[in-house]
Amino acid sequence: MTATVSPVGSGRRPRGAGRGWAGPAFVAGYVLLLVAFGVLPIGYAIWFAFTDAGGTFTGFSNFVTTAQDFRFVDALGHVALYLLFWLVSLVVFVVGLALLLHRLSSGRISQALRFLYYIPGALAGAASVLVWLFMLDPTVSPVSSLLEALGFDTFGQVIAPGNLPVLFTVIAFWTGAGGWIVVMYGALNNIPGDVLEAARIDGAGAWKTAWHVQIPMLRKWIVYMVILAFAGGAQLFVEPQLLSLASVGVAGRDYSLNQLTYDFAFQMDNINGAAAVSMELLVVSVSVAGVFVARSRFFDAD
Amino acid sequence: MPTETSALPTATAPRTERDPSAMSRTVRRTSRRAPRSVSQTSSRLLAGSVLTVFVVFFVLPVLWLLLAATKTDQQLVHDNPLSFGSFGTLADNWHALSGFQDGAILLWLGNSALYAVVSLVITLCVSVPAGYALAMTEFRGRKTLLVTTLVVMLMPTATLVVPLFLEINAARLIGTMWSIILPYSFYPFGVYLTYIYFTTAVPKDLLAAARIDGCSEFGVFRLIALPLATPVIALVGFFSFVANWTNYFLPYVMLPESDQMPVQVGVGNLLTSVPQFNPAAGTAAVERPELALATLVAITPVLVVFLFAQRFLVSGMLAGATKE
Repeated sequence: MTATVSPVGSGRRPRGAGRGWAGPAFVAGYVLLLVAFGVLPIGYAIWFAFTDAGGTFTGFSNFVTTAQDFRFVDALGHVALYLLFWLVSLVVFVVGLALLLHRLSSGRISQALRFLYYIPGALAGAASVLVWLFMLDPTVSPVSSLLEALGFDTFGQVIAPGNLPVLFTVIAFWTGAGGWIVVMYGALNNIPGDVLEAARIDGAGAWKTAWHVQIPMLRKWIVYMVILAFAGGAQLFVEPQLLSLASVGVAGRDYSLNQLTYDFAFQMDNINGAAAVSMELLVVSVSVAGVFVARSRFFDAD
Repeated sequence: MPTETSALPTATAPRTERDPSAMSRTVRRTSRRAPRSVSQTSSRLLAGSVLTVFVVFFVLPVLWLLLAATKTDQQLVHDNPLSFGSFGTLADNWHALSGFQDGAILLWLGNSALYAVVSLVITLCVSVPAGYALAMTEFRGRKTLLVTTLVVMLMPTATLVVPLFLEINAARLIGTMWSIILPYSFYPFGVYLTYIYFTTAVPKDLLAAARIDGCSEFGVFRLIALPLATPVIALVGFFSFVANWTNYFLPYVMLPESDQMPVQVGVGNLLTSVPQFNPAAGTAAVERPELALATLVAITPVLVVFLFAQRFLVSGMLAGATKE
């Protein structure tokens, strides 16, 4: 009870000295979950990735076998292409739309639009894919004339393998972009008014202000968005999985790396192979997250 | 920035001659009522149409979905895509849908609610004290815990699905509701949000004052910190609920039996019974309007929360990544 004895000046804070038990007690439950469902699974993945079904250490053989699977390189290519489309469209359209919304003179319209853009976020997951299966089926789609103008007359033509990266991008953008637009808009609002005023007096029009002032000041937010979208996009699963259900395996089967892990584990009974591919995905997302936390100063860990 | 502004007039002067946008600006400054230049009007038109095109893109599918549930499969194909069917058809579709596997849709909804709510409760009980302790107390390993939390928070949940399966399988919990409730309950983003909230919104001196008055550590948390934390509790609750409700991959792997599925997986399952998507669907066929209705039903809880928590959630999304 040191704090009671000394009437401390404002400079010194009684910061839990001698109360060492309180912090650990409050975090105990969380640490338990963190270990059980954040750290331990990683340990399991490593263990299974380097052993065989009998539990014997096998070095990198699981990695080699899975990488030689005929579907592996294809899946890697699919995910890479999808990521390219997804990240480019996200950066261009999210930043562009946020800038346009920010220039609207009516705050109410801007707010309403942001909300409308955000609504599809409620359909995250399986629901968004189901909705888009309908949107992409020329027999029932409200934009069937658009699909036909693009030369697609049947659902089968729409979901041709070459179109899938674009289709998955459209679905992901539809559900996810609204949230990012809201974030970018908020970041734009944080740019001090006198900076924009200075640019205006300096003779910069809307384009110049956006390009030379606003976008550079959004940079760290754009990086944040790209990092999270990259990590999330690399995990592509539900879109191709449901598509393959909807097309009897014609399109979207074994399309992404995560689908491969699922297939290895549950169709081919090769848990160790699944763990190896999972570990590769884990290494990507942990290192991306780690580098970002360490380098960006975005999350001020104090 | 007084120095910059004072330097500006000289800097702008030579530019006015060649920069058309600066010209139009000078015109506007001299008389505000003067008609806008052609380029300005056209750029406004362009901006307006881009924003409108995206409204259509984001809203049209939702609108279509709402209307599709009121139509028959015939109407879906032949009527105007944005026409309204009838409430009678909506009721018929609901009857047909709830007849699927003797009311499976209701069971799935119940499962989703159970999983999402139990996880939500555990998440709150665990992450609010943790965020509080990280922000307001000192202990060994605090910094490590914080950094670990950030890294895990930035990892997409799908990364851990197969590793979690291996672990849960070893613990013999596959097929029980704990196989998804426990992983859902681990919600580092919630801890981070609470941490941010306490560091920015609650002054440490306030807690110190309570301690001086003889309050115990637990008392400080319960009587001072917790009542102040209501907004962040609601926020964490919202995000956790939405994340739990919309998760697909984890329950897809952990709970393969139909009677345990949450509605997201269930609706995906329903898809395979629609003949237009799966010609092998067989006798227990589901029609497309029923699938649309099922999708609608599956998202309604999240949609409702969205509508009510709109303002609130925007602030939370920003708080997720900024301390100010």
